[in-house]
Amino acid sequence: MPPSEPIVVASGLRKSYGTSRRPVTVLDGIDLILHRGEVLALLGPNGAGKTTTVRILSTLLRPDAGTATIAGHDVLTAPRRVREVISLTGQYAAVDEKLTGRENLALMARLAHLPRPAARARVDDLLEAFDLTDAADRRLTTYSGGMRRRLDLAAGLLRRPQVLFLDEPTTGLDPRSRQGMWEVINEVVAQGTSLFLTTQYLEEADQLAHRVAVIDDGRVVAEGTPTELKRRVGEAGVELTFGSAALAAAAAAALAENAAVQEDRLVRMPTDGSVAHVKSLLARIEAAGAEPEHWEVRAPSLDDVFLTLTGRVARAAEKEVAA
Amino acid sequence: MTTATANPTASTRAQRIQHAGSDVLAMTGRAVRLVIRDPDSMLISLVLPITIMVMFVYVLGGAIDVGMDYATYATPGVILLCAGYGASNTAIAVAEDMIGGAMDRFRSMPILGPAVLAGHVIASVAKNLVTTALVLVVATLLGFEPDASLLEWLGAIGVIALYILAITCIATYVGVIVRTPAAAGGFGFFMLFLPYISSAFAPPETMPAWLRGVAEHQPVTPIIETIRGLLVGLGSDAAPATDLGSTALLAIAWCAALMVVFLTAASRAFSRRRG
Ligand SMILES: Nc1ncnc2c1ncn2[C@@H]1O[C@H](COP(=O)(O)OP(=O)(O)O)[C@@H](O)[C@H]1O
Ligand SMILES: [Mg+2]
Repeated sequence: MPPSEPIVVASGLRKSYGTSRRPVTVLDGIDLILHRGEVLALLGPNGAGKTTTVRILSTLLRPDAGTATIAGHDVLTAPRRVREVISLTGQYAAVDEKLTGRENLALMARLAHLPRPAARARVDDLLEAFDLTDAADRRLTTYSGGMRRRLDLAAGLLRRPQVLFLDEPTTGLDPRSRQGMWEVINEVVAQGTSLFLTTQYLEEADQLAHRVAVIDDGRVVAEGTPTELKRRVGEAGVELTFGSAALAAAAAAALAENAAVQEDRLVRMPTDGSVAHVKSLLARIEAAGAEPEHWEVRAPSLDDVFLTLTGRVARAAEKEVAA
Repeated sequence: MTTATANPTASTRAQRIQHAGSDVLAMTGRAVRLVIRDPDSMLISLVLPITIMVMFVYVLGGAIDVGMDYATYATPGVILLCAGYGASNTAIAVAEDMIGGAMDRFRSMPILGPAVLAGHVIASVAKNLVTTALVLVVATLLGFEPDASLLEWLGAIGVIALYILAITCIATYVGVIVRTPAAAGGFGFFMLFLPYISSAFAPPETMPAWLRGVAEHQPVTPIIETIRGLLVGLGSDAAPATDLGSTALLAIAWCAALMVVFLTAASRAFSRRRG
C-alpha cells in the first residue's frame, strides 16, 4: 500500500444523545484518516459507534464537535460537494423491495443524471458484474439476502464514487454469501475506489482492509495494519491436544521453555511456523512418550487482538440490535 | 484570482433546475410503482368507494331527508371521504419511507432532497383521481344524477383535484414529522372524520348550534358546496347556489393556503429531520 494523500480526514468527532443533563456519549473524540485507494476498516462490537461515525462522514448527521473533510470538502459547510464524491451503502438495505433489481439500478442511474443510453449500459454492466443478470427483472421479494446486499452495493456504485462507505456489508449473511460479497468488494477496490468499511467481524477486516481502526465505546483504541495488530498480541503458536491432562503436563515439561498448558489437555507453544521447528517440537514430545492426538499451527486472530486491547470479548457480536 | 474567472451561475443554475426536475420525475416513477405494487392497499382503494357509496345510499339514504335524491346529495362527500382515505395512506407511505434504508441513501446523494416527497405527492394525487373517477361511476350506477355543463364538470374536477392536492400535502407533512408509520395512521382517522362535520352528508342546519358553527367554517363545507353547486346546481343556507362564485373562491383559497403552508412545512421538516 503506497502512502498517498488523505481523502477522508476526521478529527475530534464527538456525539452524544440523551438530555443535556444526562448525555449518553456515543462518540468520544474520533480521529481517523483514509488515504486515496486505501481500505480502512472500523472494527468494533455492536453499539461501539460505527454507524454514527459513518453517518457523520456521509453528511447525514451533525457531530456535536469535531470536523471532517472528504476530498477536501467539509461535511458541515459543503455537504453537497461531499455528496458528489461519496456513496453510502448503509447497514439497512437501501433498495426498494417492490421494485425489480433493474428498476432499482435504473432509479439510481436517473438520480445520477446519466443520459439514457449510458444509464442502460451502466445498469447492464453492474448487473453482470454482481452476478444479478438472471434475477434482474424479478422483484426483490424473491431475492436471497446475499443477492440483496450485492444489489445494494451495485446501487451505491452507479455514480462511480471516489469514497465508498460500507456499513457492515455482510452482517447476517451466511458464510458463502459473505465470501461472495468480499470478492465483489475487492473488485471495486481494485478499480481504485477508496473504501471506508465498518464491521463486527475480525476476519472481515483481515480479509478486506489495509488498515484497521478498532473502536470501542466511541473511542479508537488501536490502529494499524491487520499484521501490526496481530503482532501486538504475539507470534503464532502450535497447539497440541492430548488424550489426558497428565500427557499434556508431561509434554509441557519436555518442551520446557515457554510451553504452557492452556486448557487441561491443550498445550500451546510459540513457533515461527517452519516445518523444521514444528518437527523438532514433535520429536521432543515423542521422546517424552507423550503422543498428541491432534496439532495445529494457529496465527493469532483479530479476536485475540480485541481481547487484548479491550480486556474483553467483543460483546454482542452476533446480536442484531436496532441502532 | 481576478474577476475574469468564469461566472458559473448561469449554466449551473439552469442545469440544477433541470436536474431537480428530473429528480422529481424519477422519484415520481418510484412512488407510482410503490403504490401500484401494494396489492392490499390497492384493493381497499377500489373496494372502499363502492362500499361507502352503497352504505350511504341504501343504509343511510332512506333515513336522511335532504329534499332530493340522497345519492346525488352525498356523492361529493363520498369523493372527499375516499380522497381522505387515500391521503392517509400517503401519510403512512411517507412515514415508512422516512425510516427506511433508502432515505439515508437519497440524503447522501447530490439530489434535490424533497424530490422524494414530491414523488409521493404526485403519485398520490394521480391515484386519488382514479379513485374519484371510480366513485363517480359507482355513484351514477346508484342513481347520482348530475346536471352540469362541460365547463361545470371541468370546474368541479378542478376543485376536487385541488382538494386532493391540499390534503396530500398535509398527509406528506404528517408522514415526515411522525416517528412511526402507526402514528401516521391517526391522520387517516382525522381525515375520514372531517367531512361528517360539514354539509357533506347532512345539511348543517340540522346540527346543534355549536357543531353547526364548526361545520360552516371548516374548509370541507365550501369545497363540498362548490362541487355540489357545479354538478347538481344545489345550494344551502350557508352557501346559496346564487352565490356560487364566492363559495368557489373561498374553497380555492382554502386549498391553496393549505397546500402552500403544508408543502413548505413538509420540505422544511424533511431537511431538518436527521437521524
Ligand atoms: N438517535 C439515537 N438516539 C439515541 N441513541 C442512539 C441514537 N443512535 C445511536 N444511538 C446509540 O449510540 C450507540 C452507538 O450506535 P451506533 O453508532 O449505531 O453503533 P454501531 O453501528 O457500532 O453498532 C448505541 O448505543 C446506540 O444505542
Ligand atoms: Mg451500526
